[in-house]
Amino acid sequence: MWPMHLAILPILIPLFAGLLQLLQWGENPQPIRRTIGIIACLLQLVVSIALLLQVQQHNIIVYALGNWQAPFGIVLSVDRLSSLMVLLTAVLALPVLLYACFGIDNLGSHFQALFQFQLMGIYGAFLTGDLFNLFVFFEVLLISSYALLMHGGGKFRIRACLHYVLINLAGSALFLIALGILYGSTGTLNIADMAQKVALLQGDDAAIAKAGALLLLVVFGIKAAILPLHFWLPQAYSTTSGVVAALFAIMTKVGIYAIARVYTLIFGANAGVLAMVGNDWIWVLGLLTLVVGAIGVMSSRDLRMLVAYLVVISVGTMMATLSFANERAISAVFFYLVHSTLITGALFLLADVMSAQRGKTASRIVSGRRMAQHSLLAVMFFVAAIAVIGIPPLSGFIGKLFILEAARMGNETALLWPIILVSSLVVIITMARAGSKMFWHTLSGKPGDSKSPTGQLVAISLLLSGSVLMTVFAQPISEFTTQLATDLVDGSYYMQAVLPTTEVATHGY
Amino acid sequence: MEALYAITVGILTACSVFLILRGRSFPIVIGITMLSYAVNLFLFSTGRLVIGENPILGSGDSYTDPLPQALVLTAIVIGFAMTAYSIILAVRARGEIGTDEVNDLDTHNDTEGR
Repeated sequence: MWPMHLAILPILIPLFAGLLQLLQWGENPQPIRRTIGIIACLLQLVVSIALLLQVQQHNIIVYALGNWQAPFGIVLSVDRLSSLMVLLTAVLALPVLLYACFGIDNLGSHFQALFQFQLMGIYGAFLTGDLFNLFVFFEVLLISSYALLMHGGGKFRIRACLHYVLINLAGSALFLIALGILYGSTGTLNIADMAQKVALLQGDDAAIAKAGALLLLVVFGIKAAILPLHFWLPQAYSTTSGVVAALFAIMTKVGIYAIARVYTLIFGANAGVLAMVGNDWIWVLGLLTLVVGAIGVMSSRDLRMLVAYLVVISVGTMMATLSFANERAISAVFFYLVHSTLITGALFLLADVMSAQRGKTASRIVSGRRMAQHSLLAVMFFVAAIAVIGIPPLSGFIGKLFILEAARMGNETALLWPIILVSSLVVIITMARAGSKMFWHTLSGKPGDSKSPTGQLVAISLLLSGSVLMTVFAQPISEFTTQLATDLVDGSYYMQAVLPTTEVATHGY
Repeated sequence: MEALYAITVGILTACSVFLILRGRSFPIVIGITMLSYAVNLFLFSTGRLVIGENPILGSGDSYTDPLPQALVLTAIVIGFAMTAYSIILAVRARGEIGTDEVNDLDTHNDTEGR
């Protein structure tokens, strides 16, 4: 009986955990709240692994909420892509929460509950098979992220948060307009059903739906931070607390997931007049994002700003590759996505530990005093840098190799290869500069004495070991992502699973 | 009726875009609120405009689409919460930064030299 309801659990667990954490637990509620949070994150991890195994067996799980069948009811549809993203979120959330439990969650009220609500929104966005439901979960994750971004307070955080909130409010309005246009021209909001209807559109209806499709790209572009819409990201990520930035490593990926889902399943190769409507834009903007990210990395004078621009680079890399829309490219993108999420998460936490131990110089890339745990942090930074640059033997190398392999066919190679390789070179130079400045050019004098709690270092090591494990198990992981990509490009099994009786679908509007 | 409706949505949207492009937080918040009104009206019209019919299938010769009404309700609730939050945020930003300019260049440059 219970495997049937597995698909809803990743949403319910954080919801109830968050509600429990909101209760007034006596004089000193924080230990109880932390325990609830850690237990909830462990449960989410177990459930997402079980979900992945189930999906591996059945290809796809469709869960009709309230047993209202699609396309009239809202369904959760978990295919390989969704289950991978859910698992990735759970894997990232546990170490980040562990890190936060050492005092950082005391800096503002209700950090723990907001953390769980944030996770609920992210899981929901990955699981849902309905576009309006996707909007609702976007709002759930956004409103928690607004509050989390402010965690700890301070002038710069408020300014960055204000920008973030305003751009996302405008984005939400655009999302609704896009959904309205698509609903008006296709008469459905279910992803599978819309994919079938879109293929039949002709003439004026197709033109209107195209406008809706490209508006959706703008909305997801804000989330993913692609070129003209990325300006909020470096400010927001570099001024907020390290924990929140590490959790937000998954947030840009929500945008990339949504783009991958909508522009292969709905507006993919089978969409009739609207086939591949967004791919040219994704290609050009992806490349430009990559370039801008590389320039930003070079100009960063703060380690956290540098890592924030590394996020922009990874977004650009993934977007440009995603535009090929073939199996190999999508498989490569999602391998790289898992790697980049874990590593950027680790880097944000590492930058936080370093700035705590460096005292007044904080995370600025200047000579400072020796850190209390100097050599340990140096080793961690070195490992993280190798992974993020993409030097063998860690997962960044394998991820970039897959991406370069996928781009080897066709004319795009001439553009993508040099830009990716030059940006890697830029990242090597800046990471080397940052590392040598902060670890080698230390000032003489007595080193700092504020050691970080072991738990925080364990949390970072857990995230870094993800990169090592991805290298060791690169073969099974890439097999999984290849299968995932084949499913996504094909799409027919998704439609059949969501809409078992296709006659009903064609009567619709 | 459609023309009047479309013009109303258009004017609301144009005013909101004008307000959002101002560089101060309060007009932007007002603009975003106005944009959400325009969006709600627009969403309502995506089920086609019908007068005097039930949103129930089979209750008459024709019917009005109930789904956009549900969507608008959801959008209103969410928009309300977001507006409340952004107003509080704008007030707090005004208090802490001392100006309601969204891009105050002086403090902007300080971010890295903090």
